[in-house]
Amino acid sequence: MKRIITLTVNNRAGVLNRITGLFTKRHYNIESITVGHTETEGVSRMTFVIHAEDERIVEQITKQLNKQIDVLKVMDITNQAIVARELALIKVCSTPSNRNEIYTLIEPFRATIIDVSKDSVVVQVVGESDKVEALIDLLRSYGIKEIARTGTTAFARGTQKHASNMKPYSIV
Amino acid sequence: MAVKANVEGKTPTTTKMTGAEMLLESLKRENVEVIFGYPGGAVLPIYDKIYDAGIFHVLTRHEQGGIHAAEGYARISGKPGVVIATSGPGATNIVTGLTDAMIDSLPLVVFTGQVASSVIGTDAFQEADVVGITMPITKHSYQVRDVNEIPNIVKEAFYIATTGRPGPVLIDIPKDMAVIAGEFDYSKEINLPGYQPTIMPNHLQIRKLVEAVSQAKKPVILAGAGVLHGKASEELKEYAEQQNIPVIHTLLGLGGFPADHPLFLGMAGMHGTYTANMAIYESDLLISIGARFDDRVTGNLAHFAPNATIAHIDIDPAEIGKVVTTKIPVVGDSKEVLKQLIHQDGKRGDNEEWVNKLTGWKQEFPLCYQPSSDTLKPQKLLEMLYEYTNGEAILTTDVGQHQMWSAQYYKFKKPNRWVTSGGLGTMGFGLPASIGAQLADRNATVVSVVGDGGFQMTSQELSVIHELNLPIKIIIVNNQSLGMVRQWQQLFYEERYSHSLLSNQPDFIKLADAYGIKGLKATNDEEAEQVLKEALEFDGPVLMDFRVVADENVYPMVAPGKGIHEMVGVKL
Repeated sequence: MKRIITLTVNNRAGVLNRITGLFTKRHYNIESITVGHTETEGVSRMTFVIHAEDERIVEQITKQLNKQIDVLKVMDITNQAIVARELALIKVCSTPSNRNEIYTLIEPFRATIIDVSKDSVVVQVVGESDKVEALIDLLRSYGIKEIARTGTTAFARGTQKHASNMKPYSIV
Repeated sequence: MAVKANVEGKTPTTTKMTGAEMLLESLKRENVEVIFGYPGGAVLPIYDKIYDAGIFHVLTRHEQGGIHAAEGYARISGKPGVVIATSGPGATNIVTGLTDAMIDSLPLVVFTGQVASSVIGTDAFQEADVVGITMPITKHSYQVRDVNEIPNIVKEAFYIATTGRPGPVLIDIPKDMAVIAGEFDYSKEINLPGYQPTIMPNHLQIRKLVEAVSQAKKPVILAGAGVLHGKASEELKEYAEQQNIPVIHTLLGLGGFPADHPLFLGMAGMHGTYTANMAIYESDLLISIGARFDDRVTGNLAHFAPNATIAHIDIDPAEIGKVVTTKIPVVGDSKEVLKQLIHQDGKRGDNEEWVNKLTGWKQEFPLCYQPSSDTLKPQKLLEMLYEYTNGEAILTTDVGQHQMWSAQYYKFKKPNRWVTSGGLGTMGFGLPASIGAQLADRNATVVSVVGDGGFQMTSQELSVIHELNLPIKIIIVNNQSLGMVRQWQQLFYEERYSHSLLSNQPDFIKLADAYGIKGLKATNDEEAEQVLKEALEFDGPVLMDFRVVADENVYPMVAPGKGIHEMVGVKL
């Protein structure tokens, strides 16, 4: 099952190494990681998308992450109301003749063309992974030269509809 | 050292010092009695200050010896062991010890030298990415980037190493950081928002456990090293007696509960007692205290305590639910949890019948071996050692057959008398660990029980034992083989003894002599008795070469993949 786990960490040398090392050591699979600064100086936020076999493994991951001295907070936000976004840059083969077609195609995705060359265009799309995935699928028929994806970054929405759905993992 | 000008007449809190001076001053503030170390290029500035710092430094003959000695010291004293190694090879030589300390939760503060900041990352002479290498095998690690941080880092390191679930903390110090000067200030408060160990248990969970105990007809306590780390032996005894619950130890927990107590059932696991393993198998409530359900304890998980409600008390929340599904999780310090349980004074469960049954098993299925009068049985050797030291010696061991026989036949009555490499199973651990153990308790009888294989991995530390004239009694359980490997090859690999027979050995007596240590040899019971008595009476170190029966196996045994109720070799 896919889980989105967010961490706030002290922005110190080696923190990312320690955390990814922990995933390697315990054989957890990471689908994507994003890291960036937060509103607090010296504190970074990491968003992990992981695949875990069952709840028990998710619980272990959360606890092991919590044990790290430089990890300030760990949350599995999968079951919360969240905002999750990913950005992708897609370089698509394109000739002047089909350029307009591509423009029309990407419009419903609210994607934009951010670079044009003689034989290609670069499409930028922002959204949840599924949407990015869908657009890539559509563009495949034109011939994709290159894809760069950021991975998901996410946090909980300001208002939570069902507080009971929250998964607090801190035991007792 | 120059005291900073103090205009307002208050006591100055900062002093100008070099990084190396700061380090040693910080160690003094932490009341460090002994450093185990080995010098080298990158730590020369630190060693220059050690020269006249008035701090006791033990020069082991290999960095691995140094860190194992620090582990032995930590295990016996309860205080963190301090190690210094140089960069590159010095640091990589302590990797085994760090892993060992990590898995057995021993508090260490380890300093490694590093090449100068300006050349880090250039593959400089004796450069290794030690912080990177040791990340998964340390509780936490630091690299000094600013000399003024040294006091704070050392203070934090000692705090992290010794609190919560103890473990090793590494501090990597680039050479230039030891040389340049900065402001020494040890008054800063520790501020670690990401590290808040839970000491006091949740009251609701305690109530649940009390309720479960009152309902249980077949309760049993499985106590691990968490009882020793929490200094909770007294509380464990009081609680077990209050509730009339039998106690089983893990390998590392031995000594936490007196082995001669009527409620004690012995050690659990692969070479545990029949009664201990069967008690777990049949129990309806298993209360684990500071143990982590290692696979050598549980055997096949499908058959581990199949009918029991599991209550797990541990200071590390990540241990709970890691291996077995836990119904009653209690996060907290073992002493605090036990105190609260005693205080609750809950209703005893109806478990008389259960305790009587287990007591009967203890008599019916004791540990046993085939005696022999003209040869020396290793079990007999350990029984004699127990008898002549009145069960009060400190034992240190490596891993393997001699370790299991020590755990089985040396009935520890008191806590912190047992130093063994449990989780990692490190050969070469016992001899250097005995040095640290003896330094932690100068008056104790320290016996290092080692195999002939493991002894040869760190035998250079005999030099330290001689130099410091530590009265350590070294027992080589010499079966001229890597006994446990040989046992498994006999039982599971059709007696194909691939590289496990070590008949080509040095003369251990001559080796001892070369180091200036008294050497004694025995080949049968009678000689063994004389040798042991002579060695124990001798004021100084003695190395004893006991030629035991070479093909003796450790029993009883739970074969790999089997449940703990499927033991072999229970009876002769």
